[in-house]
Amino acid sequence: MSGDPKLERIAKGNALALCATGTWTASFAPVLERMVADAEKLAGGPQSIFIDVSEVAKLDTFGAWLIERLRRSLTKGAVEAQIAGLSANYASLVDEVRRVRATPVIETSAITITGMLEQIGRGVAGVGGTIASLVDMLGAVLAAGAHVLIHPRSFRLTSTVHHLEQVCWRAVPIIVLITFLIGCIIAQQGIFHFRRFGADIFVVDMLGVLVLREIGVLLVAIMVAGRSGSAYTAELGSMKMREEIDALRTMGFDPIEVLVLPRMLALVLALPILAFLGAMAALYGGGLVAWLYGGVDPGAFLLRLRDAISIDHFIVGIVKAPVMAAVIGIVACVEGLAVQGSAESLGQHTTASVVKGIFFVIVMDGVFAIFFASIGM
Amino acid sequence: MAQETQNEIQNPIIRVRDITVQFGATRVLDGLNLDVKRGEILGFVGPSGAGKSVLTRTIIGLVPKLAGSIEVFGVDLDSSNTSQRRNVERRWGVLFQQGALFSSLTVRQNIQFPMREYLRVSQRLMDEITMAKLAMVGLKPDVAERFPSELSGGMIKRVALARALSLDPDLVFLDEPTSGLDPIGAGDFDELVRTLQRTLGLTVFMVTHDLDSLYTACDRIAVLGNGKIIAAGSIADMQASQHPWLRQYFHGKRARAVMS
Repeated sequence: MSGDPKLERIAKGNALALCATGTWTASFAPVLERMVADAEKLAGGPQSIFIDVSEVAKLDTFGAWLIERLRRSLTKGAVEAQIAGLSANYASLVDEVRRVRATPVIETSAITITGMLEQIGRGVAGVGGTIASLVDMLGAVLAAGAHVLIHPRSFRLTSTVHHLEQVCWRAVPIIVLITFLIGCIIAQQGIFHFRRFGADIFVVDMLGVLVLREIGVLLVAIMVAGRSGSAYTAELGSMKMREEIDALRTMGFDPIEVLVLPRMLALVLALPILAFLGAMAALYGGGLVAWLYGGVDPGAFLLRLRDAISIDHFIVGIVKAPVMAAVIGIVACVEGLAVQGSAESLGQHTTASVVKGIFFVIVMDGVFAIFFASIGM
Repeated sequence: MAQETQNEIQNPIIRVRDITVQFGATRVLDGLNLDVKRGEILGFVGPSGAGKSVLTRTIIGLVPKLAGSIEVFGVDLDSSNTSQRRNVERRWGVLFQQGALFSSLTVRQNIQFPMREYLRVSQRLMDEITMAKLAMVGLKPDVAERFPSELSGGMIKRVALARALSLDPDLVFLDEPTSGLDPIGAGDFDELVRTLQRTLGLTVFMVTHDLDSLYTACDRIAVLGNGKIIAAGSIADMQASQHPWLRQYFHGKRARAVMS
């Protein structure tokens, strides 16, 4: 019964019969396609041609379509090619594929210079849109915050506490570990290079100022953008994809108030705490390295630290934290709510959330640096 | 080869023996036995939450089972090697409840995805077969370049069916294929399943709640309850059954409306 498919040419009087035999199914599709392409070359010949399928053992959509394709290309002349010996079983299948119109040509867009320029143009124009949507979200969050202040009962405490646990409490181990290591590295590098000038002890000044003013908060903010910003975007994005946000809206809830505000609040509370813990861990790590590697004993380290830094350094660092948290949160929520229906879109927006979050954190850090320099802190 | 084919014709296409599936402390399937014969359309019913989808997913291999054996096309899926399993997977198609279309691919790419992996054929043939499949499931050719997020629920079902059928499988699993379709669309769908079964010799395993589908499309019906098959047979057998749930199901208001 079954066997490799064949398409034999048998002359029958004036006519030429193309006898299809064997299994005409998907598994043999590559062979079938080649045979049919060969047979198509017969079109336009003097003989009338018909296709005999009575010997076909098994037929599926692939086989049926290829027979139909062959029939169509043989038909190009005045006489229509016929299919003979079609069993009742397969007749409906062949009828089915007969209804298929010729395939529309699928145009693939070529890469052109104008296309690339257009992309760049759209990208630049998109920057304005990004800023506008961020300001938009900031306004919406502030409005929702004001609404909650007036109606304190609508505040979602449980949700806020839940997110606080996620972004603050659960982040403590990794943040402390990484800032500790960075503190160690800064101290080690400082001692290694300062030792040549016999200025080992100044590593304490460098560590104290650097960690409290910059590294502590900046590093933690970047990690939070990667850890919690991406989570916010993915959560909101998948809720958007499953129409959960639309459902909230139709029930009369403001998604900003229900979803965004608790997340923002949790982040704004979490980042100063994490920045403080991070700074302490970095100082501890630095102190440890200074002691074990640089021979600065803990007493001398603390004494020097007390001289080197003032409360100003600490304030400069910690004041930045809530602002950076707000920036990360807003970017993450804007990106989350911009997710479209596909998994690819979710991925793109999550990436964008982290990249933009880190970018804006660094920009904000620069703005703060200028500000504090001008007021002399 | 001939011997093998002979065996395949005689044996059931799916043979499920003593399947037990447990999630935590809840036993969902408890020593379940089921045979699906070659070329039949089996309608699979049962109360919501009885484990119909779980059984389907267990047969396909998505849910691990505690005990029992599953044979599909005469291949024991537990003791088979990778290539045997791949071979079985190539011969079945699955329509998931929510469609499970790849959201970042167009309809055309979704349908061509299995072909691209398993068959070495030209892009032209794939495009033409895609159009044929779309026509078969009753969709217009211009749907081909759309993304799943731009389709309606019914269209997603149809595209998902087209994808399940893209390799012309011998066996298809349909998980609630007509839910979310309008009655006319659902009727067409049943008709389509019947046509495909007739023309392609397809075996269909259909989880459904649609009484119309049970009456018009299914050759045999199996009923799941308490983790076991409580009844299996023709629609007449179901109506004659004295089981309380079956009585309610097949003699309820909705069933009477369908029958009249």
